[in-house]
Amino acid sequence: MSNAANVRVEGVSKTYEVRAGDDVKALDRVDLDIAPGSFVAIVGPSGCGKSTLLSLLAGLTPVSSGRLRIDGDEVVKPHPKAGVVFQSDLLLPWRSIIDNVLLPIEIKGKDRATAASRARALLAQVGLAGFDNKFPFELSGGMRQRVAICRALIQEPGLLLMDEPFGALDALTREQMIMDLQTMWLRLGNTVLFITHGIDEAVFLADRVIVMSPRPGRVDLDLTIDIPRPRRWSGIHENPAFQHHVRQVREMFEAKGVLVAH
Amino acid sequence: MTELKHTQAVPMPAARKPRKKGAGGSFTERYASVLLAVAILLLWQFSVPLLGLSEFVLPTPLAIGKRIVTDFDLLAAHSYITLLEVLAGFLAGVLIGIPLALAIFYSKAFERAVYPLLVALQTVPKIALAPLLVLYLGYGWWPKISLAFLISFFPIVISTVVGLQSLDKGLVNMVRSMGSTEWQTFFKVRLPAALPSIFGGLKVAISLAVIGAIIGEYIAAERGLGYLQLQANSQFDTTLNFATVVTISLLGVLLYFVLALVESKVSYQRESAK
Repeated sequence: MSNAANVRVEGVSKTYEVRAGDDVKALDRVDLDIAPGSFVAIVGPSGCGKSTLLSLLAGLTPVSSGRLRIDGDEVVKPHPKAGVVFQSDLLLPWRSIIDNVLLPIEIKGKDRATAASRARALLAQVGLAGFDNKFPFELSGGMRQRVAICRALIQEPGLLLMDEPFGALDALTREQMIMDLQTMWLRLGNTVLFITHGIDEAVFLADRVIVMSPRPGRVDLDLTIDIPRPRRWSGIHENPAFQHHVRQVREMFEAKGVLVAH
Repeated sequence: MTELKHTQAVPMPAARKPRKKGAGGSFTERYASVLLAVAILLLWQFSVPLLGLSEFVLPTPLAIGKRIVTDFDLLAAHSYITLLEVLAGFLAGVLIGIPLALAIFYSKAFERAVYPLLVALQTVPKIALAPLLVLYLGYGWWPKISLAFLISFFPIVISTVVGLQSLDKGLVNMVRSMGSTEWQTFFKVRLPAALPSIFGGLKVAISLAVIGAIIGEYIAAERGLGYLQLQANSQFDTTLNFATVVTISLLGVLLYFVLALVESKVSYQRESAK
């Protein structure tokens, strides 16, 4: 995608006030530079601030200090180039599938009629052709998350922010979604920031895996993954490079006490 | 499981009917409530002469039915008055209650100031205010409308506030991430999500508004169903008295169903959201 965005995170900290005088430091001076068109996965245990980082980049929460830039613009409110996929599908139950996908078009005041054919094409690409007029309750969890991905993609996001998008899915559906996401991204070529706690899906999908440690969240490890694409999920666990990178992440978690070796 | 769901087409009340009533049940099961109602009416109809009760003490259902037909014009004229009072009071409840609920929802300060006061006021039985309202507002429309308003206002406010507050915050973040303004967030997410709760409150409110108007007519009136009932009472016309009770009930049921119809047009059904 020609509009692939670049992201700069410069010394960003985020502190939440839980109660008066009781602060929790979610992120501590995080620096990150994401090249346009790259797929970056952030792995870490719960509480490492990875979802906070995504929320900051989405413009939903203000930073406490430091700077965030998308294509050079400082992020102070949701950036028009960013599209977000959340952990739950967050479909509106009173809207049909096509109307859910077209929601950002309506909000941004763009032409619905021209977007509708694009929405149908997107739905067809994720295997949901003919589901336009169904309602969310008629779809399975995996199908609903596919609709949520279409809803993000209709905005033609130069930066796709994904917050544990497959966390709520069963193992088989998740596997399928991981492969479908790779296919989709190879076609689009936009920048993706993918938050997960699944080490295998991070290493499988990403060009770059960032490992974060908890409280306060900071970057511990920055790995470049050089496995040629398209990668195939079946057999990936026997791939030496894959095994090597997974071990690197695990060892980091063990060193930090996130995983305890027995 | 998914197969079953796919057979339901649109989220309309009609679509969930077969599931609820259990299409497979026997005739007796399916029409149990109708059969019971018919049985009670028959028992009533035949026990009145058997027990030797005069029509003055307890008229038969048939006699009441006949009276509704013969006095249709009279009942309709008084129903019209009561209906106007109910609608005016209910509409005032909506027009004041919903903006108030919005203010409570959007302003913390307003919530702190008004909400406790509102709950405290709710403990005052509105019906006890009826004589005072007559004292201040006279014998005309106003005491009845005010009573219908006062009694229907509270459930409207509460159901709207609760409906707005119970929204999944994730949905708000989702539309905000698309750059939505609060105005858009309200109309695209907050309001549609709150509608089932709001309509729940409106349905309670309309039934209460009927009670409010009738009580107002009991205290002081020259027309309306409550007035007609008191007239029948003082003339020992028990049949007309019962006919009025039936008419008041029908009025309440009719208004309830009009609201349910409006709801099915504008609001999504909670059942289908699961």
